[in-house]
Amino acid sequence: MNCRDARLLLHAWLDDELGAADSLAVARHLQECAACAQRLRNHEQLRGALRGAGLRHAAPAGLQGRIAARLPRAMVAPRRPRQRWMPAAAALAALLVAAIVFAGWQTLQVRRQEQGALVAEAVSGSLRALQPGHLFDVRSTDQHTVKPWFDGRLDFSPVVKDLSAQGFDLIGGRLDALAAHRVAALAYRRHLHVINLFEWPSNALAPGGMRTRDGYHVVQWNDAGMYFVAVSDVAPADLDAFVRAFRATPVAAGEPAR
Amino acid sequence: MGTAAAFEGEVMRHLDAAYNLARWLTRNDADAEDVVQEAMLRAFRFFGGFRGGDARVWLLTIVRNTFYTQRAQTPAAGAVDEFDEAVHGGTDDDDPQAMLLRAVDAQDLRAALERLPSEFREVLVLRELEECSYKEIASIMNLKIGTVMSRLARARARLECELTPAAGGQA
Repeated sequence: MNCRDARLLLHAWLDDELGAADSLAVARHLQECAACAQRLRNHEQLRGALRGAGLRHAAPAGLQGRIAARLPRAMVAPRRPRQRWMPAAAALAALLVAAIVFAGWQTLQVRRQEQGALVAEAVSGSLRALQPGHLFDVRSTDQHTVKPWFDGRLDFSPVVKDLSAQGFDLIGGRLDALAAHRVAALAYRRHLHVINLFEWPSNALAPGGMRTRDGYHVVQWNDAGMYFVAVSDVAPADLDAFVRAFRATPVAAGEPAR
Repeated sequence: MGTAAAFEGEVMRHLDAAYNLARWLTRNDADAEDVVQEAMLRAFRFFGGFRGGDARVWLLTIVRNTFYTQRAQTPAAGAVDEFDEAVHGGTDDDDPQAMLLRAVDAQDLRAALERLPSEFREVLVLRELEECSYKEIASIMNLKIGTVMSRLARARARLECELTPAAGGQA
């Protein structure tokens, strides 16, 4: 290696950027050439001086804050084209959410109104049933008499259960209409009170809890594709007990499966 | 994603490096701050297009471009490159002198570095103060790696010349 090449490669050597072969050649040259060896020492001394003299400027204390103060507008709404639609999209999304919420609220209102109407109908149905001669179309304490009676009168087979063991005696059944449905109405007796149970096939979801209207308590529930409404002026606890008993009691074994 | 947080974590943390380069290019505090602020705004604007890689190198490139754009003074990279290549042959026939530590006083060194033409000053700042590799310098200054080496060789020779007692008085 001659001095001309070495003079340049000394820098790559000093900067640790030289490949193995060139490094070996430079090392050999440095052993032979005092001038290049002195050059290398000068470069090393210069490097030591530059790095040791505190020449690196640090950013002034407030600079980052001043930059941040200029960035926020950019940070809130970056001027990148692909995000220009963001405010419009956000507005649209907000509108959509509002529409969905409103639709949901409306549905809820309609549902509430329907529920109110259903409860009112169920109560008046119960009151109507108390009129002389209206309570029963079929008077029987035997579920096996009541249930077949509905056959041919309804397009579904109502659930009729014997709850006498739990203190609720079946006293009869009749046809009724509720929420534009032809429904089966069963009458059970608890002491001196009557519990009217309306049932019809429906997938509508029954609201939980007990409602009270005109002194009558109303409980609704779903079971196996049927919608049930129990209405009575018994104590709320008794009505709850009736609903629990009805739901827990299996359909009588002797009953023909339909 | 949190663009602002990502920018903070990847780019803003190299603020000192950005300021150091800008300060050595402009050679005064006010202009350096202007360059850094403008460079940071540009960096933020283009951050969406930054796909990984070395954020420090990316930022220093923007700082350098901002400086030359603001000065409306193109670094005339091509011309300097040709100059480097032409000079390869060695006008630096001077016999190397042993440097005297006396000359390497921080004040003198700072002044000597500031007197260097900017294309030599910046390559020394990037190499010695920011400790960038040749590859990183090549990327920041838009040079070939071989040119980085020759530029450094010339820059060191000039600075050493400035600092040797015999030549020091000339400046």
